[in-house]
Amino acid sequence: MWLAIKLGYRNLIGAGLRTWLNVIVLSFSFVVIIFMKGVMIGWDHQAKTDMTNWEIGGGQYWQKNYDPLDPFTLTESHALIPQEVKEEITKGDMEPFLIIPGTIYPQGRLQSIVIKGINPGQSLFLLPSQKLDTIADAIPAIIGSLMAKNIKADVGDQIMVRWRDANGTFDAGNIAITDIFTTNVPEVETGQIYIPLEKLQTMMMLPGEATILTFRDGQKIRPSLDGWILKNKDDLTASVDAMIKTKSVGQSVMYGILLLLAMLAIFDTQVLSIFRRQKEIGTYIALGYTRRQVVGLFTVEGTMHAILAALLSAAYGLPFLAHMAKAGWKMPIDTSEFGMAIAQTLYPVYSLGLVITTVLIMTLVTAIVSYWPSRRIARMNPTDALRGKLQ
Amino acid sequence: METSPVIKVEKLVKRFRVGKGEFTALNGIELVLKRGEFAGLVGPSGSGKTTLLNIVGSLDVPTAGEAIVLGKSIGSLSAKEAARLRKENLGFIFQSYNLLAVHTVYENVEFPLLLLNFSSSERKRMIMDALEWVGLTDKVKSKPPQLSGGECQRVAIARAMVKKPSLVLADEPTANLDAANSHNILKTMVALNNDLNTTFLFATHDDKVISYLKRKIFLLDGKVDREEIKSN
Repeated sequence: MWLAIKLGYRNLIGAGLRTWLNVIVLSFSFVVIIFMKGVMIGWDHQAKTDMTNWEIGGGQYWQKNYDPLDPFTLTESHALIPQEVKEEITKGDMEPFLIIPGTIYPQGRLQSIVIKGINPGQSLFLLPSQKLDTIADAIPAIIGSLMAKNIKADVGDQIMVRWRDANGTFDAGNIAITDIFTTNVPEVETGQIYIPLEKLQTMMMLPGEATILTFRDGQKIRPSLDGWILKNKDDLTASVDAMIKTKSVGQSVMYGILLLLAMLAIFDTQVLSIFRRQKEIGTYIALGYTRRQVVGLFTVEGTMHAILAALLSAAYGLPFLAHMAKAGWKMPIDTSEFGMAIAQTLYPVYSLGLVITTVLIMTLVTAIVSYWPSRRIARMNPTDALRGKLQ
Repeated sequence: METSPVIKVEKLVKRFRVGKGEFTALNGIELVLKRGEFAGLVGPSGSGKTTLLNIVGSLDVPTAGEAIVLGKSIGSLSAKEAARLRKENLGFIFQSYNLLAVHTVYENVEFPLLLLNFSSSERKRMIMDALEWVGLTDKVKSKPPQLSGGECQRVAIARAMVKKPSLVLADEPTANLDAANSHNILKTMVALNNDLNTTFLFATHDDKVISYLKRKIFLLDGKVDREEIKSN
């Protein structure tokens, strides 16, 4: 083994540019694979963080009838805010939401929406709810940028909104857009408008009632509230976890493609080497190498490509990856129309495990694709090899 | 005094498959070579010289008959045993040198010693000795592409001789060299044969080589046609 390493190293260094071209290609693959995987992990992290910051906080209580997937339950999904949590609400550690169905009429069109009542002074979410704390002749409302684009609305615009109060009576009024926010969480903006909670409670004739109670501290042990269902963070991020799991299949495919490209480069080199270096192989055998030792030498040589590539990657890849983790990867175009949550800047997240796993997998794959064509040598007649005769 | 032959070939037959038929390259060769001989297989192309050299060198096996080299029957050796025979006892010199192009002269000559696990200091001494025999001590750091044909062949000789093998097999060693270089190479080999008592077996049809041989074994159509021994 030591001899194979020594000879393999000499052969690699002696081959000069040919070796370095392969090593550069392979090292590029290393860095790209780790970077892309880091971006994907970063994206997943960001999705969960954004969801926490914009929507779910540390967890929620849902009024027992509330089903976000069934809009018909919304009219019945409200109840008085329990006495037990009022202190927490006062402290700003819990925020009630009242959610009701409604209809807006932008430019004469009809669009079904969800109206959410939120406390303008809340600090639990990144929603710019303080923009609701304004005196206007219409109902102050904030909407997301996608929603604004959909209904062609801008700040200052007034749009007619219709709702049905607790007694089943239809009522209507105008909302005034006081702010348009941008978020990476489509769930908090698609088909939704936010208005002050108290205003919505009045409009609905549901004073002191809410649909959802979101709390800040997810670590605290929560009591069960009568008529309310406790949803911890894991329950609420289950959909994101499922999405991440689904995405991981795609990520694995991409990971595989990048690995395949790197593998092809090495495989190509090894196959070429065998045909170009037949005489050399014959010489090794004539000088006393066994066929197995020749296969070993070529396998070690190929594997050394991966090791050199890992070292080269460390030289330029680590600073690059560290820089990208800090500065982030700015999306070159507006991602708001991608139909999925992508931040304008993605921050890759790398772990030591990711780096070690990638290096090990690449090295192993390189060893395999080096061994594979080298096996052919074992079948080569040494006298033919010495003459450089193709078989 | 050692009396056992270095090479003993009896009724050796080698056939190759050619398409659906067979070609008989060697047809009942009988040959005995003693230690210290400077002999050559002489004959036209296709007479079986290289085939016989390959079998003696344990790179190929006989179809029938027996080739015993240094007491070992080539036909019955495993691949590992054959590799050990080559590694420990045989030196090869090829027509096209077969040097490792990306290695230096020093590293090329070092290769057989690495296989034999000599220590670094021993290797260095033996390599410098071998390069001194062939007059290339000033080229240790050069690589084969930087050398002339004659120099390359001298490196090949140094590589073959560095471990002081019992038998050196040289296949058309001067075929790629001019007359002056050929004579230099042959003189070097004669000197090594005299100084180290190494047995040399050539395969050649080059008159320059033939003129140096002490024993000429003429092959024709896979058979020993006749022999000539040079009288001192």
